[in-house]
Amino acid sequence: MTRPSSEAEYLARMVPPSVRGVDRRTLLRGALGVGTLLGVGGLAACGSDSTGGTGVPTGAVTGTVTVGSNQSDAVPKAAVQSYMDAFEKANSGTTVKINTVDHNSFQENINNYLQGSPDDVFTWFAGYRMQFFAEKGLVGDVSDVWKNITGMSEALKKASTATDGKQYFVPITNYPWAVFYRKSLFQEKGYEVPKTLDDLNALGAQMKKDGLAPIAFGDKDGWPAMGTFDQINLRVNGYDFHVSLMSGKESWTDPKVKKVFDTWAGILPLHQADSLGRTWQEAAQSLQQKKSGMYVLGSFLAQQFSKGAEQDDLDFFTFPEIDSTIGTDAIEAPIDGYMMSAKPKNEGAAKKLLQYISQPEAQLLALKADPSVIATNDTADTSGYTALQKKSAEYVKSAKSIAQFMDRDTRPDFASTVMIPAIQSFIKNPKDIDGLLTSIEAQKKSIFGS
Amino acid sequence: MASKRKYRGIDQLSARDKVVVTLMVVVPTLIVLWLVWLPAIGSVLLSFTNWDGIGPLSGIKSVGLQNYRDIATIYPPFWPAIQHNLIWLAVMFLVATPLGMLFAVLVDRGVAGTRFYQTSIYLPVVLSLALIGFIWQLIYSRDQGLINAITGGTTDWYGDPNVNLWAALVAASWRHAGYIMLLYLAGLKGVDPSLREAARIDGASESQTFFKVVFPVMRPINIIVLVVTFIESLRAFDLVWVINKGRNGLELISTLVTQNVVGEASRIGFGSALATIMLLISSVLVFVYLRIAMKED
Repeated sequence: MTRPSSEAEYLARMVPPSVRGVDRRTLLRGALGVGTLLGVGGLAACGSDSTGGTGVPTGAVTGTVTVGSNQSDAVPKAAVQSYMDAFEKANSGTTVKINTVDHNSFQENINNYLQGSPDDVFTWFAGYRMQFFAEKGLVGDVSDVWKNITGMSEALKKASTATDGKQYFVPITNYPWAVFYRKSLFQEKGYEVPKTLDDLNALGAQMKKDGLAPIAFGDKDGWPAMGTFDQINLRVNGYDFHVSLMSGKESWTDPKVKKVFDTWAGILPLHQADSLGRTWQEAAQSLQQKKSGMYVLGSFLAQQFSKGAEQDDLDFFTFPEIDSTIGTDAIEAPIDGYMMSAKPKNEGAAKKLLQYISQPEAQLLALKADPSVIATNDTADTSGYTALQKKSAEYVKSAKSIAQFMDRDTRPDFASTVMIPAIQSFIKNPKDIDGLLTSIEAQKKSIFGS
Repeated sequence: MASKRKYRGIDQLSARDKVVVTLMVVVPTLIVLWLVWLPAIGSVLLSFTNWDGIGPLSGIKSVGLQNYRDIATIYPPFWPAIQHNLIWLAVMFLVATPLGMLFAVLVDRGVAGTRFYQTSIYLPVVLSLALIGFIWQLIYSRDQGLINAITGGTTDWYGDPNVNLWAALVAASWRHAGYIMLLYLAGLKGVDPSLREAARIDGASESQTFFKVVFPVMRPINIIVLVVTFIESLRAFDLVWVINKGRNGLELISTLVTQNVVGEASRIGFGSALATIMLLISSVLVFVYLRIAMKED
């Protein structure tokens, strides 16, 4: 059992309700956590100093390197396998052992995973959470890998850097959030891409007249609407304020935040009604069926469109300008990639693998599985890209600042236990913004203050 | 001679019996301590801290009653959750359980096709959770669901916070009634048929026979059914979690505990405080039950 806590957690879900008292199960988990901690004895305290200095081996590496992967769906799983195989081939004598864990379980158990006996290299995201793990000494410094990395933009390096100025993350792919639409629908009805908020309102009114829901919307799972908040905040207050707000440094009762919700309340009537019972997949299908005109989401919504002509019909534009002094040069494009554990068993091979992952060859193999994402390395050959991927790559490259996503840019406890209910209650009742913001601020102080 | 063989306590047992008895007492005690009391006390203690699940135990800081204060004052889902738990209890108690008992009585009377009804009513209890979630999603989905497709309505069964609790309760009752039916049916089978015969000879009607004769005889089963109903209502979690992870009108204390403790959030201290509150509420019911049970003896 390499990951006792995560497996126990996974198995706990399988237990029938008759024997699963929730409080008892929760307590049990606490007990397991304690056990894990005692087992690893102060790993957290002395993590980061054990790495660094050794550098990336220039010669051959040998032995087994273990990889923890959250790519549990069949197609992405095969993609991971394909670039790991390619790495093995290029470094004979090295074996890559992939441990695949269900995507959600992996994310939910990350704390226990990192404090137990994590794999040498594992999948994660850039952003606040990555920095948090770095601060706690739970992940390894990979600055020397970065010295050899070429073709990655400065923005990507910044996104991989923690507060101590060292890098802890190697990007592989990313994907943009934007406003998606069907070209054929816009052509047929003579719609034009809106440049400003006024344009958006006018277009929305026209779509309503034509019997469409202007903006598809589904927030049953709680997180998709965070994307809309991020987009509006980036347009109303700009990137710096957004990042500062997410890291808990600004007050949520600030008039600037109120303006975000006021703006959102203004365009809320354009959103598909009854969004809290709808999944993002259902909302994406309404766009696909031309029942709604636009959709603010990540490019993964292409998964709901059939490959070929239908995906080619999908296009996007950046969220319209709200304040001309802020402009539209800040976008949201979450980065997926790999990190190294604090004490890898095979550090040389782990670093070599990370370096390989940063190169176009591995990244293009990853794209084969999921054509809704793009390679992070600028030198990757884009000739095999679909139209949507080409546009995405162009879009991300031209952005001046790139945010990740609310649940990656802020504390996860704040995002999931405060912001999800708060945004849902705003959608239910957009009138009481002041009360809502006061409540968010009180909870934020309690969480960030602890 | 018989008077001399008075029981002299544990000394009377052979050495081997003593070992067996000791093991039989110690092993279960240790298991109960390890699996029930240690985590329970641990959770109560953690509820006074702000532990985030990372770092050694020595790094845990005590925050006094702050978690409890936060829950009561600035945590918006808490009071709705209490309210929903009470509604849940009331509906299970007043609707689902009587319905299950009714099914049991009907099946027991031997309606044509008894076995078929028995199986189909019990089926929901056997189905896996994931499947149940999927079945009700097919029925309740606003855009693609069965109900709205048939009625042509646009009710947002899962998304409208005024409606979704009741929609979830229908699904929960569907499951609970089958469970109660099986329990009650077992009890009904055990009732001495001569009692009914005697009642019939005395000229009692069907309903009189049930309420005046059968129901009182089944007192032990009735108490079990009552307790099962209470426990299931307090523990209500799975269906709601499958629907929307217990948010937006479906908050229950159990889901709040899970949201805070399990997963990336890892607000172990805060979640433990919620779990402690749940423990206290359950304790009240356990206490009431024990009093009833003790009185009986």
